[in-house]
Amino acid sequence: MHVETMVAGFGGQGILFLGRVLATAGMIDGYHVSWFPSYGPEMRGGTANCVVIISDQEIGSTISDHPNVCIVMNEPSLRRYAPTVRPGGLLVVNSSLITQKYHDSKIQILEVPGNDIAGDEIGDPRTLNMVILGALIGYHSTVKEESIRQALEEILQGKKSKLIDINMKAFTAGKNSILRKVTE
Amino acid sequence: MKKILMKGNDAVAEAAIQAGCDLYFGYPITPQTEISEYLSLRMPEEGKVFFQAESEIASIYMVYGAAAAGKRVMTSSSGPGISLKQEGISYLASAELPAVIVNMSRGGPGLGNIQPSQSDYFQAVKGGGHGDYKVIVLGPSTVQELVDLTYLAFYLADKYRNPVIILGDGMLGQMMEPVVFNKPDFPPLPAKDWAITGKDGRERQYILCFDLDPRGLEQFNNKIFKKYQKIEQEEIRYEVFGEDKPEMLLVGYGTVARILKSVVREAKDLGIRLALLRPITLYPFPSAIIQKLAQQAGRVFDVEMNMGQMVEDVKLAVNGAVPVHFYGRSGGMIPSVEDTLKRIRDILGK
Repeated sequence: MHVETMVAGFGGQGILFLGRVLATAGMIDGYHVSWFPSYGPEMRGGTANCVVIISDQEIGSTISDHPNVCIVMNEPSLRRYAPTVRPGGLLVVNSSLITQKYHDSKIQILEVPGNDIAGDEIGDPRTLNMVILGALIGYHSTVKEESIRQALEEILQGKKSKLIDINMKAFTAGKNSILRKVTE
Repeated sequence: MKKILMKGNDAVAEAAIQAGCDLYFGYPITPQTEISEYLSLRMPEEGKVFFQAESEIASIYMVYGAAAAGKRVMTSSSGPGISLKQEGISYLASAELPAVIVNMSRGGPGLGNIQPSQSDYFQAVKGGGHGDYKVIVLGPSTVQELVDLTYLAFYLADKYRNPVIILGDGMLGQMMEPVVFNKPDFPPLPAKDWAITGKDGRERQYILCFDLDPRGLEQFNNKIFKKYQKIEQEEIRYEVFGEDKPEMLLVGYGTVARILKSVVREAKDLGIRLALLRPITLYPFPSAIIQKLAQQAGRVFDVEMNMGQMVEDVKLAVNGAVPVHFYGRSGGMIPSVEDTLKRIRDILGK
């Protein structure tokens, strides 16, 4: 297995956290993993992205010009990164904020109303990132679901551990939204 | 030992603590500020000293003082900040003081930018400051190696009474990878009986970084160059990766070496046999093995994130025996696997 995932959106959407959970879960599953963020003069509301690579061999380049999986959380990210997805790859679109329809017959496109699920079902818009991750893993199980929980336990320690349950709830809601879609 | 997912900068900081770093003096600069941030939390927990100096120049002389007192000490910075430290690094080398200096380099020249770069290679391996001296330079390629080479850096600094630079870059500092903290058992080191610890009954001793008598200073230079010769004999480290009987030898260090590993694998799928020589010690430089492998391969391709620096050492090693090609990206740009492979195919006509 070798999956390169690009996660892109606004600063404040939990992009880096989403990537870190995915990478940690990949590590728990026994894969080689890397996480590389955009860094530097970034700010809330500015752009943010990270690349997570999960592989069964030693990871060379930690950047990805043509990711297999691309998560876009806003329109600027869609415009910038959707055309880079490798043929046969997967594009996950946060359709709550992206109204523009993207077409590419060579890739699969998964639309998830992330902000709506986070706001209406979970009652906390900050869980958008985990809703989207849930949708991705529901569709394309790169890592095991139980490893996501373990990853959250590793990352959210001490006072933050009270946030594990709501994050898992959002993850499950995201996953179920995809399962419903696939059944339909 | 448990694997944890950690940022390169945090991993260096934790490894320094485990290596027995007593004091850290720093001044913030992207892309390495997390080293200071991490140590500002962890050093006090360990009863050790974290100090944010008023400038890079102040911090390197604090390092000088702590090293002269026999303590294990570290500082870190990036490009422009390392330039400011160079006078002090020359003084450290001249006073034969052990210290670890981390450079998470960024795009230059000038203020440049904060993206990863290898354009501080010359500065690190050719001295950097004024005068005749050498600094041991380690070039990690993964977050795990940042940890392992941090342990090694403290050991080599003490073993040779010499500054050691860990030459990373913004990518290694900012990325996360799984790491295991497994401190090796190094051979015992001599006591630091030269340290300035208070006279307390013993003979008075000095740590000096000058000798006004030219004969004396020449003698001193001869002495430290004997030490460098020993370092060149005993401390060379490198990795060879890829195919036997390659059609071309790739040379690259640090972040670029990772990209070249991907290139070696992709080339193999295309039926092109490549091997990579990755220097781990940049000074001392693995010249002999490069010469040997270059002659076997018949052609060398050196890739760097700069306008061509290490390639000069590669050419010295190869000494005209076979052609040496170069590909570099600079200013914070990172060579892609695709572009690198295309250049290799063009050279090989495949």
